[in-house]
Amino acid sequence: MPLFYDARIRAYLYQAIAVGIVLLIAWVMFSTASANLAKQDIATGFGFLARQAGFVITETAITYEPTDTIGRAILVGIANTVKVSLLAALLGTILGLLVGIGRLSHNPVLSRLMLAYVEALRNVPLLLYLLLWYSLIISAFPPVKQAIEMLPGVFLSNSGLVMPALHWESGFAALVTALIVAVAAATFAARIIGRRRVVTGKDMPVAAIATLAFFLPIAAALLIANISVAWDVPVLGRFRLSGGYHLRPEFVALLLGLTLSVSANVAEIVRAGIQAVSKGQWEAATALGLSRARTLKLVILPQALRIIIPPLTNTYLTVFKNSSLAIAIGYPDLVMVSNTIMNQTGQAIESIAIFMGVYLGLSILISLVMNWYNAKVALRER
Amino acid sequence: MKNRILQLCATVAGIAVGLVAATSANAATTLETVKARGKLICGVSMSTPGFATADAKGHMQGFDVDVCRAVAAAVFGDPEKVDFVLTNINTRFQALQSGEIDMLSRQTTLTFSREVSLGLDFGPTVFYDGQGLMVAKSLGVNSAKELTDAAICTLPGTTTAQNLSDFFRSIGGKFELVVFENPDENRNAFFSGRCEAISSDRSDLASIRAVANNPDDYVVLPETISKEPLAPAVRQNDSNWRDIVSWSAWMLMAAEERGITQANVDEMAKSEDPEIQRMLGVNEELGKMLNLDNKWGYNIIKGVGNYGEVFERNLGTKTALGLTRGPNTRWSEGGLLYAPPFR
Repeated sequence: MPLFYDARIRAYLYQAIAVGIVLLIAWVMFSTASANLAKQDIATGFGFLARQAGFVITETAITYEPTDTIGRAILVGIANTVKVSLLAALLGTILGLLVGIGRLSHNPVLSRLMLAYVEALRNVPLLLYLLLWYSLIISAFPPVKQAIEMLPGVFLSNSGLVMPALHWESGFAALVTALIVAVAAATFAARIIGRRRVVTGKDMPVAAIATLAFFLPIAAALLIANISVAWDVPVLGRFRLSGGYHLRPEFVALLLGLTLSVSANVAEIVRAGIQAVSKGQWEAATALGLSRARTLKLVILPQALRIIIPPLTNTYLTVFKNSSLAIAIGYPDLVMVSNTIMNQTGQAIESIAIFMGVYLGLSILISLVMNWYNAKVALRER
Repeated sequence: MKNRILQLCATVAGIAVGLVAATSANAATTLETVKARGKLICGVSMSTPGFATADAKGHMQGFDVDVCRAVAAAVFGDPEKVDFVLTNINTRFQALQSGEIDMLSRQTTLTFSREVSLGLDFGPTVFYDGQGLMVAKSLGVNSAKELTDAAICTLPGTTTAQNLSDFFRSIGGKFELVVFENPDENRNAFFSGRCEAISSDRSDLASIRAVANNPDDYVVLPETISKEPLAPAVRQNDSNWRDIVSWSAWMLMAAEERGITQANVDEMAKSEDPEIQRMLGVNEELGKMLNLDNKWGYNIIKGVGNYGEVFERNLGTKTALGLTRGPNTRWSEGGLLYAPPFR
């Protein structure tokens, strides 16, 4: 039989041809682009990344000065994007879980209220909400000079929330180490007790023991290491509050908008996940005498989690990409920093390639992590 | 969202068009292309009062627009033979490089790196601008140097942020920079007090001030922290086209020097002055040397007037912007406008 009639070989052949065509198109586009750029005397290459950036970025998740390189400025943009997306995903998930459960409540007022919340957030474009939150913040609160002092050293104004910041003079490393040990110890204690309960059937006060295991290393660190901190209290200057920790309205508005949008999506996913668990599970748990709350926690949610994870991955990818709306309200995310660089250097193709590459890379990373978690909680068939 | 997506699409499309156009359009010169099309295509900003906006009837007007019209008048003898294309800050150079527009007249600052590395050539500076700062009068600030630690709102435009950084580094101060993609958000943030100051080119500050509820509440500080010579730009390696754009701009300035106006140009054509005769195509053949009609200069002045008329009509003290001529006046009166001789 000639090779071509072998179905497997033919399948490979088709796939090889398809890949070849894609590569060929990519190569033609790339070489035409570079030839044309060269012909038009347009600078190309990534050499500009090492040049001095020269522009100020006010909100920086990692340290940055205008004298740093353009490459560093891009890193600041990436860090800002990651910071706001991670926080929004975390807070949005917690809020969404509560709203989703509330949506299924037998209390009609609560469930209707949650329905209204979800629908109001899901059916209006996020950009409009961002502009709304931002306008509310900057027009509802007073200017800095008349900032409201909520607590001593905590100021609220249309330039955001400024509060005293802790400055570590010594002992920071010791405390962080103690914290890591504490978390490990508490987790370990809880697990041992759990296993003991399974094996012997005897119960122990888990919460108390875990708390003890958590605070012992911290107490030890506080006693042994020389920990000294200083408060950096904000002071009102001529225009601004200097010093302290500054939550700027651009960041708050973006975080708020993204968090609420995530929470609405998560709420629907959670509701769907819970409703997908068969009714028999509820009935069986009730028959065993479990309360509604314990049924939810011990029986329903662990099963719903398996259904929830894949759509949740989508939501996380969306929030990460939606964070690029930051540009509308002046939060210096990756896109805004790239745009500034594009304007300064004129190297649009490279700048766009960088930020597309970063979004692609980080999105794939999110997918990988979520797929790993999905595989971990998936039903293990025996 | 939509805005941003559109902008990205425009960038990508601009690049894509550029790749295609660059391979096919190199054969014909810009002048041939424009003549064959029967219209000039000019990139402007479309939403800057005084420089480029549409009036109630949709007719484009403004300083940048009149520079385009002058070139159209030089080529076709008719200042209306122009199509205006919206270009934004991010896509303007790509639009030009790709051949989507024939020339760019969009408050664009001539800088070394742009002229050298972007495949562009600039014409003469048509407007000497500089970056300034505007504050509310109630702030009680008289100098930009007092603005240390203040928050300043800007657009991400080009060098605006960099100039501010340089300025505050030079006086050893810090400031908080808030950058907006959208001019409306930028203005709102300033007017609602999120920022103590707003920074942009002084001409742009004048147009922001013009839209305030009460323009008298705001004051532009005296410091000019950067040089912003605004000039039209064309693609590199087409010197005939560059000459046409450059000398059309200089024609506006020279006409003012010589006292030739839209109203008296027919009268002036009878002048005995040899340079006026050369400019208006009565004598010698300057137009032919540019591959244009010999009456090109006459057509420009008949079509849009001289530089002074263009300035006063769009930006002058009788308009909403209320700009004085400042450095944009004739060299003989202490200004910076100096057209090379027409001979």
